[in-house]
Amino acid sequence: MSVLLPASLAEALETLAADPDLVPMAGGTDLLVHWPQHTELHERSYLDLSGVEELRPHRWETDELVLGGLTTYWDIIEDQRAWNELPLLIDAARQVGSIQIQTRGSWAGNIVNASPAADGVPVLMAYDAVVVLESTRGRSEVPLSGFYSGYKEMRRSPDELVTEIRVPRRAYDVQIFEKVGQRRAQAITKVGVAVTRSDAGWRVVANSVAPFVCRCPAVERILEQGTEVRGSDDLLPAIREDVTPIDDIRSTAEYREKVLARLLYHDLLDLCPSFG
Amino acid sequence: MSDGRDDPIRISFTLNGEPTTVEVSPSERLLDLLRYRLGLTGTKEGCAEGECGACTVYLDGLPVDSCLVPAYQVRGRLVETIESLDPEGMAHYHARGTTQCGACTPGVVMTAEWILRHRDRLETHTVRELMAGNLCRCTGYDGIIEGIEGALEDREAG
Amino acid sequence: MLRREGLSKLTGRERYVDDLPLEDFLWGATVRSPAARGRISDIIFGDGVDWSEFVIVDHTDIPGRNAVYLMEYDQPALAPGYVRHVHEPVLLLAHPSREMARRALREVQVIVDVDPPALDFRTLPGPDLIQYGENNVLKRLSIQKGDVERALGESPIVVEGVYETGAQEHVYLETQGMLAYLDGEVLVIKGSMQCPYYVVKALKPALNRSEEEIQVIQTPTGGGFGGKEEFPSMVALHAGLLALKSRMPVKLIYDRTEDMVATTKRHPSQVRHRTGVDENGRLIAQEIEVVMDGGAYLTLTPVVLSRAIIHAAGLYHCDNVSILGRAMFTNSVPYGAFRGFGNPQAHFAVERHMDVIADRLRMDPVELRRINMIRDGQTTATGQVISDGVDRLQIVDRALALSDYERRRREHWVRNPEHRYLRRGIGMAAFYHGAGFTGSGEVMLDSRLHVEGNPDGKVQVLCASTEMGQGQVTIFTQLASDRLGYDPAEISIAEPDTHRVPDSGPTVGSRTAMVVGRLVERACDDLCRKAGVEIGAPGALVKEAIIAWHSAHPGERLLGKARYEPPPGIEWDEENYVGDAYGAFGWAAHVAEVEVDLRTYDVRVLDFVSVQDVGTVLNETLARGQVQGGVAQGISWALLEECVWKDGAMENGQLTNYIIPTSGDLPPIRVEFVEFPYEHGAQGAKGIGELPLVGAAPAVLNAVAAATGRQPTEIPLTPERLMALLANGDR
Repeated sequence: MSVLLPASLAEALETLAADPDLVPMAGGTDLLVHWPQHTELHERSYLDLSGVEELRPHRWETDELVLGGLTTYWDIIEDQRAWNELPLLIDAARQVGSIQIQTRGSWAGNIVNASPAADGVPVLMAYDAVVVLESTRGRSEVPLSGFYSGYKEMRRSPDELVTEIRVPRRAYDVQIFEKVGQRRAQAITKVGVAVTRSDAGWRVVANSVAPFVCRCPAVERILEQGTEVRGSDDLLPAIREDVTPIDDIRSTAEYREKVLARLLYHDLLDLCPSFG
Repeated sequence: MSDGRDDPIRISFTLNGEPTTVEVSPSERLLDLLRYRLGLTGTKEGCAEGECGACTVYLDGLPVDSCLVPAYQVRGRLVETIESLDPEGMAHYHARGTTQCGACTPGVVMTAEWILRHRDRLETHTVRELMAGNLCRCTGYDGIIEGIEGALEDREAG
Repeated sequence: MLRREGLSKLTGRERYVDDLPLEDFLWGATVRSPAARGRISDIIFGDGVDWSEFVIVDHTDIPGRNAVYLMEYDQPALAPGYVRHVHEPVLLLAHPSREMARRALREVQVIVDVDPPALDFRTLPGPDLIQYGENNVLKRLSIQKGDVERALGESPIVVEGVYETGAQEHVYLETQGMLAYLDGEVLVIKGSMQCPYYVVKALKPALNRSEEEIQVIQTPTGGGFGGKEEFPSMVALHAGLLALKSRMPVKLIYDRTEDMVATTKRHPSQVRHRTGVDENGRLIAQEIEVVMDGGAYLTLTPVVLSRAIIHAAGLYHCDNVSILGRAMFTNSVPYGAFRGFGNPQAHFAVERHMDVIADRLRMDPVELRRINMIRDGQTTATGQVISDGVDRLQIVDRALALSDYERRRREHWVRNPEHRYLRRGIGMAAFYHGAGFTGSGEVMLDSRLHVEGNPDGKVQVLCASTEMGQGQVTIFTQLASDRLGYDPAEISIAEPDTHRVPDSGPTVGSRTAMVVGRLVERACDDLCRKAGVEIGAPGALVKEAIIAWHSAHPGERLLGKARYEPPPGIEWDEENYVGDAYGAFGWAAHVAEVEVDLRTYDVRVLDFVSVQDVGTVLNETLARGQVQGGVAQGISWALLEECVWKDGAMENGQLTNYIIPTSGDLPPIRVEFVEFPYEHGAQGAKGIGELPLVGAAPAVLNAVAAATGRQPTEIPLTPERLMALLANGDR
């Protein structure tokens, strides 16, 4: 195994351009799980980003919050403006693993690890976040909702790094994040959903119910159109259009689908006149 | 920037207040460096997946699971382990049954002491939420929570 | 008294086996079976490592009998050509580099010609699945009292129920680990264990060595819960074999996944109840069948089954009781000792069933228990007359009062219909647990213990009991210091080393404080006698006497000795399962309050009250810790902990996927002790370690039943199972 230790973004991008097989390493909270046993991973080469200080800070612009490529969950938990303005980021961040994980795990790492159960991604997607990718070839921006195309498949070329995540600052009148895990704290999501409503309309994003975290356009349509919903079962046809849950060691497809419907129904009942 | 492939990496960092320079292998975890090379066996391995918190240390003052930290990432940074804590501060934990078998205990105490040093976090978080990254199979957590609450009251008063 | 080793643990200075400084040693690793059953046709060594660097041990390297002996010789130390469960050990490897040892594990392929595995303990096996006796039955036991058939026929109401529990993994935070090396010709074993003499017992026949040639030393042990009762013998044997072959120290430390998938677990169970009651709720007949999954080898299964059936009728009086017990062989990882030892399974069934009966009779479940609860002078299922003077109803009443049971129940009735998706409920369980070994078990153990007076007047307790977090070192210090009038600082507890300490029996079965603790007291008395000082004399005089004795006997050892003596009047018929199963029982009641979220089917425990009679409480903090920890394991067995199986292998052998509770998942556990001292236990103590776990699961599920109006019968009651239970008529 080898690891390369760039000290600047420019150096990191050049190194990656020279060897796109390098695995970028940020906080290590995904890559190092069961590391001693995964001896096959010890044969790969890594690009350590921890020395690229310029990727760490986040900043508030007039119309957006910009997360750096190394901004951690804890960085946001410690930012009071996030609590006030984009509270779902806080809700999600404090439910990622434990404080020991929150201090190391990064929002960008969560995006590129591309787990269907990612906790940071649903809320970012419900806030219409945009992923900024950079390489020596230049810079591109991809809306997070269009970033994934399949299980662990995404619009990132091997020579690109996620250097920023741009989160628009909007006024929301609905902001909901529900995470259902096998226990109340420090759990991997069995089914989760983030819902927002702003001038841009409804956003419904589900995780752990499809090969990747995704918007639920059919459910969003019901909300936009004010279609009558008289019980959680009424949401099932739309949910089945939007997601494809599976049975695995943590839960069942039936549970995931049903609980997604029930969370949406009960959480929106008082907010949507068309729900009764 | 290191350019040699597979070569050990020479790193310098501050460990429990002492400047430390070691060569680490690229595949070495901070946990293994501490336990097997630097003799700091207070930091335990319980799961190797960032779930149990028995390997909790402070990195630049924040609690992290050292089983998930590549050793080379601590270059130029501050690492503190259970061995750095003052034994005098353990009275409340001792009295309230915070430790039983002791395997989770160093990690528990590291997170507990971090809470005590950052009590403003308790405006937004509960002790139980902040301790959720430290699994304990003996106490049912009451002994841990009460130990922390005792220490909080005591140091408040002090 | 504060926990003696507390500061050492809190500051990280306590050295567990993997913390011991060691140079020039090998890391051991275990190659395991990929299949549940079949003949090993080949073992292929890949070319990814240089095998000449490795020490390799297979079954032909075993000098003696290829078995991990405890009750029988049925479990091989290394598979001799045929495997009976996934992850059964096949080969051992050792290398100076742990990384290389791990790489090598990936390079070995064990090829198995697969035979069909028996995987369901609940159904009788077809002919092609039979691998033990005529029908895969590992053990059958029966208790008969009165005439159940007739009584059931005459009962106006008969209530039936089937209750199931799943496997539970111990998840002690320190995984299994052993260090083995040769000291001259003595094989030294150091490691994490509950029972040093069990290890000796297993190593003697396998290694063809005498007790003098095997020295077993317990290192500080990071949790056991039964998981380090019999299993460490296997790890020790493996480490020993590698050390003997390599003539180098070998450290064998399991990683978490290996520990979870390959070691023993709590026996899964299915318990059937048919109960005859009259209209007033009085029990007329109890017909009970307990079936357990024993897994691929016997381990301690017969004893676990025994404890299960003895407790299966609950703490009620009934004149007609029939209990049949059966443990089945399956091609699963062997099930073994786990805190409660069969009794949690028995009590889950009977205490859940009492609520089902109450529901059928439209009766208050507490009232049903009150009517039938055993009173002094009445007999248990084995015919043991209870006459310990314990006020069992007081224990129940105290638990109800502390939990504000009645008021909360009324609140729930009002509140539940008003909330769209939250339902609260409160439930209770009353239960008991026999302390110490069953029947004549303690006599057979023949436990011994020494207390040594040193030339400086200080005293050391020599025993094989072990500290694994439960507080044995502190309790024995207290007992010796109280008995001798000594300052605790002048008393030490010897490291459990089989070349130094006598066999005081295993540290299991809630026996340590009660049974072995009593030996501490009696050995202290013997020490006084031998030192020529009156028993009960002030500590200063005792110390003086010890010092004087040594002046008179230079170079000699002053040992106070004690050997187990059964309490008078205990009679047990092992053949017919009749008589006094235990010298003493601990009695307890739990009340749980839960909230069910009908959006997610999640059950959250809001409040938990435990009232326990464990005899005299020797140390309030330690005792409370035992109860809270036991309750926590019981709650999570009830709601969270599920082994997911695929073709006989545990699929979720990681702490991310096998779920134990965090601090955020449990409520504060409120504990109160009601003390009814036991005259034959140390200072009046009875067993404590297992009792609290026994009743937690039924209390929680009874609360869920109260909250939902449905009767769950299977644990873990995961949200997925609760969803299925509530499927009909759900909003």
